[in-house]
Amino acid sequence: MSPTTTADPTPTDQTNVADRDKARRWREGGSEPLLRVRDLRVTFQRQGQEPFEAVQGVSFDVHPGQTVGLVGESGCGKSVTSLAIMGLLPQRGNKVTGTVDYEGTNLLDLSDQQMRDKRGKDIAMVFQDPLSSLNPVVPIGLQVTEVLERHRGMSRKAATPVARELLDRVGIPDPDRRLKDYPHQLSGGMRQRALIAIALACQPRLLIADEPTTALDVTIQAQILALLKELVEESGTALVMITHDLGVVAGLCDEVNVLYGGRIVERGDRHDLFAQPRHPYTHGLLASIPRLDAPRGQRLTPIPGSVSDNLPWTSACAFAPRCSQPIEVCTQKMPELEEHHQRALRCFNPVEATR
Amino acid sequence: MLRFIVRRLVQMVGVLIVLSLLLFLWLRSLPGGTVSAILGERATPASRAAMEAQFGLDQPVWVQYAKFVGRVLQGNFGPSTAVLPGRDALDIFLQRLPATIELSLFALAIAVALGIPLGYFAARRKETFLDNASVVGSLIGVAVPVFFLGFLLQRVFAIELGWLPVSGRQSTGLDATRITGFFVLDGILTREWDAAWDSFKHLILPAVTLATIPFAVVFRITRASVLEVLDEDYIRTAESKGLTARIIRGRHILRNAMLPVTTTIGLQVGALLAGAVLTETVFGFAGVGDALATAFRLRDYAVLQVLILAAAGIYVIVNLLVDIMYAVIDPRVRTR
Repeated sequence: MSPTTTADPTPTDQTNVADRDKARRWREGGSEPLLRVRDLRVTFQRQGQEPFEAVQGVSFDVHPGQTVGLVGESGCGKSVTSLAIMGLLPQRGNKVTGTVDYEGTNLLDLSDQQMRDKRGKDIAMVFQDPLSSLNPVVPIGLQVTEVLERHRGMSRKAATPVARELLDRVGIPDPDRRLKDYPHQLSGGMRQRALIAIALACQPRLLIADEPTTALDVTIQAQILALLKELVEESGTALVMITHDLGVVAGLCDEVNVLYGGRIVERGDRHDLFAQPRHPYTHGLLASIPRLDAPRGQRLTPIPGSVSDNLPWTSACAFAPRCSQPIEVCTQKMPELEEHHQRALRCFNPVEATR
Repeated sequence: MLRFIVRRLVQMVGVLIVLSLLLFLWLRSLPGGTVSAILGERATPASRAAMEAQFGLDQPVWVQYAKFVGRVLQGNFGPSTAVLPGRDALDIFLQRLPATIELSLFALAIAVALGIPLGYFAARRKETFLDNASVVGSLIGVAVPVFFLGFLLQRVFAIELGWLPVSGRQSTGLDATRITGFFVLDGILTREWDAAWDSFKHLILPAVTLATIPFAVVFRITRASVLEVLDEDYIRTAESKGLTARIIRGRHILRNAMLPVTTTIGLQVGALLAGAVLTETVFGFAGVGDALATAFRLRDYAVLQVLILAAAGIYVIVNLLVDIMYAVIDPRVRTR
């Protein structure tokens, strides 16, 4: 497995069949969704500025044990979505609407205290930059045991061997010594492993990973992804993977949501999506991945323009100015997200299906 | 760590030698002088010459300095000429020091006990009424001159209301036993509760006056530091773990936010111990600062030299202690 940008994102045929079966079971209602996000909207209101809607009605499901990817470039609203689900957005200056159903409870309705009881216990999160995400003046051990003390009612003494076990399980060598170490004494990969150990300490049913490998170098990225995959499969934890890296998605996710400008533009299971990207944005993202087997000297194929060229979704397709195949209607009204054949697509002029 | 401490102490000796020379020259270049200050307008050339010869002031400055250094190396800073004529200057300093330490620590306790919690809550409620009010309040604390505030407090609480004594360290007529020179502590040690309480009441007004500036400084640094820490990723991690507000506040916010505050407090201790000249003068509080003012007015070179060199020494030592403390509380400094 080599889930890096230099790898071919299309999975091999061997895993294909089993994965497809798994994906179909989820879709055909084999289980109730663990997390059901409906019409989630997040608006930032700063004094003296136009309110800005960073997430504009995002809906998706996560089933128990499933891995769902939220993919898009910087500023597409993927991190804001995850923070809104966790209730971690700052209390002032923003408005969150819609529903975030977790096992039948709308998390957006819960009080601060009720949400504190859920966070870290039922839903946990792994963040992007492992150095800045760990408290520099608290030993690693305490940063693990404090979750156990909080949610499992364990004493510090009883939690310490459990923390040791957790560090061992995420592949940190010499865990007894590492318990006493401070974050700056660990390498980047080790810190991310520690963060994963913290997140999984209380065996949450849902884990949200926000670009967990972005701050790491490529060889470590692969290790961390393999670890996440292994742990999630072992424990049956559902995983929401937030990333801009399609290589990560290819190696890990069962279902992929592609976000653009705060809305989902395409959804499908990873095999269909990678084999047959229908939205020009998804297509462009896949085409822009450098390939090792491409002839020497061949130019990369970027998506032209930047997010700042977006049109407002309310009156057009936000992606139209950067699109490779816009038609007239694209700048006149907003395309709806339409579901068919277990795919969802928001486009007036999709890329031709080749099969 | 030990090498670091030794190096700093050696540096301190260097600082003190250079400072002593500058101080010696500077004091002797001041207008007026010991003799004029003592004899006043009735001085005749003959009496001046006699007194200058008595204090050795008729010799060239470099000879005076060499003699001074020679004496100091034997622990003798020379006799006072005016503060307590004839008494050893070092004795005067040592006798005054407990009063200043007592006052400084009490003032610092007030500043820290108010500054840190207020700074924290102001930061948590940024841009609310509480925040704005305390920022303005701390500005006033820095801006109001110490002697003005001192007189104001004296007027209101001592003269108008009569709740607290006007000045001094202890009421006259109280026959209190002296052990350490810290009057409150002495009262407690000897179980002379009335003496302890009386000394404590004498401390309140000068300590409040003295506390205003360190309070404002500690408040502002705490507020700024907490604001910075609140934006850190590890606070979001702590929140994502569902930890209680109490643990997040103590272990994650304050433990990090206190790093710069510690340095600030250390520097304030240095400044306070070096002599609260204005406060001690206003309240007739017989400490180092009061002695410094008197010695300066009467050109008591021996006492001035001791007090200023001691202030410099205290400052350097307190700074060293701050650096050591920093290494204790910040693991990143410790392992470097």
